[in-house]
Amino acid sequence: MALILSPNLDDADGFYEDLITAHNDLTKAESDRLSARLILILANQVGKRALLREALAVAAEG
Amino acid sequence: MNAPLVDRYPLAFRLYPYARAADQDAATPPRHPVVIVGAGPVGLVAALDLGLRGQPVVVLDDHEGVGLGSRAICFAKRTLEIAHRLGAGAAMLEKGVVWQKGRVFHDRAEVFSFDLLPEDGHRCPAFINLQQPHFERFLVEAIARANAGGASIDIRGKNRVDAVQVHETHVSLNIMTPDGPYDLEAEWLVGCDGARSPLREKMGFSFDGRVFEDNFLIADVRMQANFPTERWFWFEPWFKSGASALLHKQPDDLWRIDFQLGWDIDRAKELKPENVRARVDAMLGTEVEYALDWCSIYTFQCRRMDKFRHGRVLFAGDAAHQVSPFGARGANSGVQDADNLGWKLDLVLRGQAPVRLMDSYSDERVAAADENILNSTRATDFLAPKTEVSKTFRDAVLSLAAKHAFARPLINSGRLSVPAVYDGQALNGPDALDGPARTRPGAPCPDAPLGAGFLLDHLTGGFTLLAINCAPPDTKLSTVTIAPQDAAGAIGVRYLGAAPTAIYLIRPDQHVAARWPIADAAQIAAALQHCCGGPAWL
Repeated sequence: MALILSPNLDDADGFYEDLITAHNDLTKAESDRLSARLILILANQVGKRALLREALAVAAEG
Repeated sequence: MNAPLVDRYPLAFRLYPYARAADQDAATPPRHPVVIVGAGPVGLVAALDLGLRGQPVVVLDDHEGVGLGSRAICFAKRTLEIAHRLGAGAAMLEKGVVWQKGRVFHDRAEVFSFDLLPEDGHRCPAFINLQQPHFERFLVEAIARANAGGASIDIRGKNRVDAVQVHETHVSLNIMTPDGPYDLEAEWLVGCDGARSPLREKMGFSFDGRVFEDNFLIADVRMQANFPTERWFWFEPWFKSGASALLHKQPDDLWRIDFQLGWDIDRAKELKPENVRARVDAMLGTEVEYALDWCSIYTFQCRRMDKFRHGRVLFAGDAAHQVSPFGARGANSGVQDADNLGWKLDLVLRGQAPVRLMDSYSDERVAAADENILNSTRATDFLAPKTEVSKTFRDAVLSLAAKHAFARPLINSGRLSVPAVYDGQALNGPDALDGPARTRPGAPCPDAPLGAGFLLDHLTGGFTLLAINCAPPDTKLSTVTIAPQDAAGAIGVRYLGAAPTAIYLIRPDQHVAARWPIADAAQIAAALQHCCGGPAWL
């Protein structure tokens, strides 16, 4: 399986709203902790190291 | 001009008192086949292995015995198997505290546990804890027994190497003793003189790597306690004695406690008994009675030499590579260096293998060192996060792990020592068997019950042929034939898998050289030659 870089979210606006809302009222440090936990949970969902490395590389490009 | 000999540390056991050697009165420098520098765990294993193979060995150490302090305590299964092969294992197993389980806590909550040997059918346990002085003493005792049986292993205490000159075919040494200096020559010199290796320094070899900015306090306490014989590790422990803490049982009612102190500390102040006791009291409770046996503060680095062979000089153990203690990969990997080196050097000295075979020692053990350094570095990055974001992720893992199993394998308090598989190395022969991955060429042979004993008991001395469910071809090799009733057990699971028959060629260090479903004498001879560095013997 390759990294999906075409649209794949079933409700893009809805997800984005959830993501931002989750950070409401959090300090920078609390937000960082939340993001870290989220990344770890999603990484486990993806599972494959090769895929995660691809994702890291794409993220690093900015 | 040689400086006088001065002890750098007090001794736990005076094992090899200085005695004047005949070499000191020789008119010209006597030449020995092998001289080993350093009578620590690695030097002693190398000496014992070579001695039992019939090589006369001289071991030089600048002290007269093993230093005080428990130091290395966790000896892994592979080390015990090697010690067993060399006749030193039984005493270690009898004295050592056997363990195989570890628990990891965050604050008060258990967040992870592991079992290092979840299967039966091995002579040796996953680990024993044994103070390093006892480990060395048992090796010296095995050397005395080997010498009584005809071996020639000469450990010379208070013999300090002051100068080294490397030549094409030998090495010249200038050695200082209480009676003054003398000269020796060695066809091969093996440097096992520890992380600060004066030999490596004298020869000017670099030893680069990463320094980890953290201090760890070891407090060995003597007490009667009922903690289970498991490795307990705390991240951010509730008792707040350090950023992390480790508790481990040793023989003789000794307990190893390790506290992570941070980088900017006052070492002298932290080592004051009242300050050590404050940390221990917070952990154990003030009602527990104990005595402080040994304390030490250490920092660590992960580094290695570029290569472990430089002409006629070989480096092994901490002298060649250094890791953090988390994972017990220091002494254990050094013992595997010696195990790898012994049979090769013996063949070369006998003229039965080309000198280039010693390059495979460097190649294989450099790869093993890299694996150990990788594991050690990963553990250290988790234990002592070096950036804010690294700490954030570490803490996220710990907080998720309390509730969710998926995060637990990410917790890293040290991945404990397992022997390296020499994948992709030049000596490996054919892997023609559709067999289990764990017994592929390059892998260390897993033990298994055989008759009233164990398989590894039969894989001693030279190369061995292991024939399972088939008749072995006629070779001069020592051969172990496994009949169907034995192959039905763990041996079959570990060496056959789904294959009906198998022939394994096994190296003297109990690593697999090659394997086939069935093989003739010519195929075996070719693999054997290949594993000995080219055309040679049989």
